Amino acid sequence: MTIRSDRDHGQRYRPRMSCLKKLEATVVQMQDPSTGVKGTDQKLNVTIIPHVITGQDIVAWITKNMNIDSDEAQAFGTMLVAFGYIYPLQDHKKLVLRPDGSLYRFQTPYFWPVQKWKAEDTDYAIYLAKRNIRKKGVLDAYEQEEYNKLHKWMNHKWDFIVMQAKEQYHAGKARQKADRVVFDCQERAYWIVHRPPPQTHSAMDYGLDRHIDPNAEEKKTYDYYRRIIIYTQQAVMRSRVKSSVSLGALAKYITTFKNHDPFLVPCLPSNPWQTDDDSYWELNTPDVEIPTKMRVERWSFSFYELLNDPRGRADFKIFLKKEFSGENLAFWEAAEELKWGTAASMSEKAEHIFKTFLAPGAPRWINIDGRTMGLTVKGLEHPHRYVLDAAQTHIFMLMKKDTFYRYLKSPVYKEMQKKAISPAPHNFSEAQLQQNMRNRRPSIDPIITWQKEQEEKAKAEAASGPKVRDRCMLKMLYLTSYVHMTAEQLVPIICIATSK
Amino acid sequence: IAYLLTHPSSICAFLKMACQGLAKGETTNTLKAESESLKAKLEEERAKLHDVELHQVAEKIDALGQFVMKTRRTLKGHGNKVLCMDWCRDKRRIVSSSQDGKVIVWDAYTTNKEHAVTMPCTWVMACAYAPSGCAVACGGLDNKCSVYPLSLDKNENLAAKKKSVAMHTNYLSSCSFTNSDMQILTSSGDGTCALWDVESGQLLQSFHGHSADVLSLDLAPSETGNTFVSGGCDKKANVWDMRSGQNVQSFETHESDINNVKYYPSGDAFATGSDDATCRLYDLRADREVAIYSKDSIIFGASSVDFSLSGRLLFAGYNDYTINVWDVLKGTRVAILFGHENRVSTVRVSPDGTAFCSGSWDNTLRIWA
Repeated sequence: MTIRSDRDHGQRYRPRMSCLKKLEATVVQMQDPSTGVKGTDQKLNVTIIPHVITGQDIVAWITKNMNIDSDEAQAFGTMLVAFGYIYPLQDHKKLVLRPDGSLYRFQTPYFWPVQKWKAEDTDYAIYLAKRNIRKKGVLDAYEQEEYNKLHKWMNHKWDFIVMQAKEQYHAGKARQKADRVVFDCQERAYWIVHRPPPQTHSAMDYGLDRHIDPNAEEKKTYDYYRRIIIYTQQAVMRSRVKSSVSLGALAKYITTFKNHDPFLVPCLPSNPWQTDDDSYWELNTPDVEIPTKMRVERWSFSFYELLNDPRGRADFKIFLKKEFSGENLAFWEAAEELKWGTAASMSEKAEHIFKTFLAPGAPRWINIDGRTMGLTVKGLEHPHRYVLDAAQTHIFMLMKKDTFYRYLKSPVYKEMQKKAISPAPHNFSEAQLQQNMRNRRPSIDPIITWQKEQEEKAKAEAASGPKVRDRCMLKMLYLTSYVHMTAEQLVPIICIATSK
Repeated sequence: IAYLLTHPSSICAFLKMACQGLAKGETTNTLKAESESLKAKLEEERAKLHDVELHQVAEKIDALGQFVMKTRRTLKGHGNKVLCMDWCRDKRRIVSSSQDGKVIVWDAYTTNKEHAVTMPCTWVMACAYAPSGCAVACGGLDNKCSVYPLSLDKNENLAAKKKSVAMHTNYLSSCSFTNSDMQILTSSGDGTCALWDVESGQLLQSFHGHSADVLSLDLAPSETGNTFVSGGCDKKANVWDMRSGQNVQSFETHESDINNVKYYPSGDAFATGSDDATCRLYDLRADREVAIYSKDSIIFGASSVDFSLSGRLLFAGYNDYTINVWDVLKGTRVAILFGHENRVSTVRVSPDGTAFCSGSWDNTLRIWA
């Protein structure tokens, strides 16, 4: 009768729904005659149904035995009902646990959800046919629709289905009325779980089947073990740090950023989602003139935080301009653009970067050690997106370890700290909050913001082109930096310097 | 980072070894024994530096206060299960995708729908907002990841400018833009991850190492920005080097499929959510699992996880319709949030940490703050 599907890719063995086993264990405990949920007999229409439990008793039992609050207990109870371990006697189509006097019963283990096979259409057809036989017109609209559909595509075995339905109907008639009513309720509950009425869902629905069966044993050939050996050897050789060090660092990060986490410390003036007032976003735009004190403080946490914030980066650029060392950051930005840019633009960008930053006599020549320079220039003969990694890392570390700290001590930063604003917290009344809710402001489309940014960038690039530098300045730079270079690198420079 | 530059020859030697047949005196059994002993050695090395537990470090940190997190917005509009969502960098817009093939861009703050696309396939399990805010990427049962440039003209048919970027041999489970709009990282049910150039659709790098469906990936936020982590049905969480395609670290402590992986804000650790009803924290520098977030009353799988801005809170969406909020350091649960009427399929914190969004199989998205 049940057709096992070969396409379930081992779902039946996987702990995909191992939760079912745990639910079952709880349900068994709940049915314990002494420590379980107390049931009573209830009169439903003309029959007396035994072992009926109320919603509030279920919630109370779960709260006590699982040591959780009643809200969580109610949610847990809803899972029991959704999966069909407990079914409602009233309003049977809605599978939720109501924490009041609503009546429920435990489902018989025969109808418990199992992940071994799906509730088959054949069985559903038999069930619907049986109900039709019992009384015409008793099916709901959606059930009638399903019945018609099944009748259509199972037409070839419809005789078998009707025969089974009739047999089950007669077998049912032979039972006692009370038993029959109970069985009907149980069966109906089972099908509500597996064939949910419209506008409801089945808890058994777990989404898409996963593609590869992880239980299918990969052939353990020598190749398989070789790969593991190689990988593990590398893993063993890798350096790792003491837990106290790395966990200490994680904790330190949390402590550093604690005041900046809107979930831990309210953001000022107020959280836009809570008060429907977007001042917080207005005060923290990427190009705001005067940033907030919190934002300026965050720039001091790490070089990465400074660079990551466009406003911080802009402030850092002002500092670099004063120091005449903007080329480092410019190189880093250009290298980033190369790394994350389109494949097609690679060689063009690489050439531009070489001409601007790396070539002897380049207008924005960066000062990196001879070895890295040599490697990079060689790599640029056949540029790929990571060709500048070594140089970029060197420059980044230089900025991080030296320039960044000088920036934090500089008048530029100190001035920004003084100018930065500290917005006062909002204190909206209930009426004001209601008004805010009605007047939520839309924002500029990000596409427009992006277009503006691109325009600004293009303008800035045009302004700071290579022609800006004074030739005398160039000569001076050469002379002061040549001491860091090797003889072979000196020759072309001396040639250029003397030729100007 | 420089290890590849300094040890290229040794890698080649290893690879050569792998391609050869059995050497003299080797059998599958001897190789098996060698791999077992190496694994034991790895555990030994890891244990040597295991000098303190996370909760011990957490003792010195103050406990958290009470939380009041409420649903601030409910976004209704999808006709079927919401499978995935992503925030725009402007901190208020989001893109969401659903089982019926619809991808919607919302201004979550005003709850207005701004763009809508109908994909030619169902089960759009992956969607991502481009860093520029000018495009979205999505994919699912079509085995592809497509990029749709957004338009200021609300009447324009976005499907016309669609660009097909990634091609896998099975469903697309997750996608993410890198630091720019030009590259996309994807993971698939075919067991691989891949890095693609958006403009040309060219495959830049592929990542092989999972032995079953890869369900999720996340890019490292660190300044070096060259690694990402992926989790899959083989219960493994793998860390990859984007440049070389190499699997640099691997963790296998979960008891079931890993549904979601997310980096800790500093990039030195990551969290996972799994069908075994636990979330776990892995420390990359110490190279081991450092925390398990679980409770006896939580028996349904965690489908999605994300950290708050400081990394102190871990928000996790579960298949029992709830969201649990964990104290990352102390390992305790600080809040449980109700409201969804079906599985919570995705949880993401906004870029400035002011709120988080949850998407559910009940067809809605909720913003919590």
